[in-house]
Amino acid sequence: MVFLNSWWLYLIIGIVFAYVLLQSTVFLLKAKKRAKSLGFTKQQINKTITSSMVLSLAPSFAILIGLVALSKVFGPMIAGMRLGTLGAVTYELPAAINVINGVFNMEIGDVLTSEMVITALWVMTFGCIPPLLIIPLFFKRMRIGMENIKKKDSTWNAVMMDALFLGMISAFVGYVLAPKVIEGEDPYISVLAILVLGSSAALIIVFGILMKKLKWDWLKNYALPLSMISAMALAILFASLGVR
Amino acid sequence: MENTYQDQLHKEGRIWMLGALSLFISVPFVISMITGIWPTFVNFFPGFFATAVIFWPVTTIEVFTFTPMLGTGSSYLAFVTGNLTNMKVPAALNAQDALNVTKGTEEGDVISTLAVASSSIITTLIIIIGALLLLPLTPFLESTTLKPAFDNIIPALFGALGIVYIMKRWQVAIVPVIFMVLFFLLVPGSGGLVGIMVPVGVAISLGVARILYKKGMIK
Repeated sequence: MVFLNSWWLYLIIGIVFAYVLLQSTVFLLKAKKRAKSLGFTKQQINKTITSSMVLSLAPSFAILIGLVALSKVFGPMIAGMRLGTLGAVTYELPAAINVINGVFNMEIGDVLTSEMVITALWVMTFGCIPPLLIIPLFFKRMRIGMENIKKKDSTWNAVMMDALFLGMISAFVGYVLAPKVIEGEDPYISVLAILVLGSSAALIIVFGILMKKLKWDWLKNYALPLSMISAMALAILFASLGVR
Repeated sequence: MENTYQDQLHKEGRIWMLGALSLFISVPFVISMITGIWPTFVNFFPGFFATAVIFWPVTTIEVFTFTPMLGTGSSYLAFVTGNLTNMKVPAALNAQDALNVTKGTEEGDVISTLAVASSSIITTLIIIIGALLLLPLTPFLESTTLKPAFDNIIPALFGALGIVYIMKRWQVAIVPVIFMVLFFLLVPGSGGLVGIMVPVGVAISLGVARILYKKGMIK
């Protein structure tokens, strides 16, 4: 499949990446301007930008692991584009498998034909397209609805926002306890994952205490990324002790 | 919130998003045009159906679940750049909490947009570098020493994020957390269902929050 490494493919994917970077930069600059006019200081804005970047570092490297897997089918550029835009590896891989395995009876690691790869790419493109249609068409109306709730009862609006986040958090806390399934082994509950979850929670509490007692305000933006990265480092330590 | 500013955000957001949609579709289109290889209906449809039957409802529900959390500006960006639960939503949440801004207000929206845009830029750059240098980077990415760290990003992220919110609104958290723990422990193969369970968790926590609020037990 020569086309996966051809110059024109690099050009097309380069345009997509450039578009995403341009959109992100335009949104960043506009939000920065608006934040200033709303009274946020330059320091607050810069801290928000830096801490968000730091928080995204570890998950971004994790995406690269998905990139290694997906690039075996699509080459690095298409795989990178699929994982860096719209979806996530949890969508892209099953969609590709639905075609490669479900339609063509092949496996991800097999030597595939161009027809198989291109069909999979078409399916992946249309497989998770709804948000790009729903948001431009209906989002404004949804926001007006949200604004009305806020106008009617601002206290309920604050409770509702916390409840929304708690719903997402509860699903992921439960997910950590889901038995891991590895081919050829009995399913097992990952003690390692539970330890990491607990360590991360304990660390942010410690950081919270440090912020209060020592008046380390600078830590406020970085408590979450620091807890996360430290807990990931602890995962390496726990695993080296035989925990799994 | 000023209507004109919001209207402008929606107008520009729609243009950017529809532009992204056209670009994403044009990639397989241009590849097929240049190579002369088009998918046949017989091969495309079963693969598409098997994918869409799961992911169309999931991604549709995601819009209704995550847009209120993200706010106006960042929704138009986050759904283009993807990776919502593992990056964009936590980034928005962390930034809003660090500055003590009220979520759902214009201040909250602006800070969320700053966070999501910064997160998108760094992720895109890392993916571009990763794609270009994939060969030399593969041994590092597949290193057995680092594997436990990368395998446990979700517990590392949601442990810290979770405890803050659970402690803040423990009355609301109890029921959805217990429900989810039991669900994932007792349902075989539930590990692959987390995307579907997020909106379920949201529905439960919203229901609990509404009841407690009406009874005056939370404020």
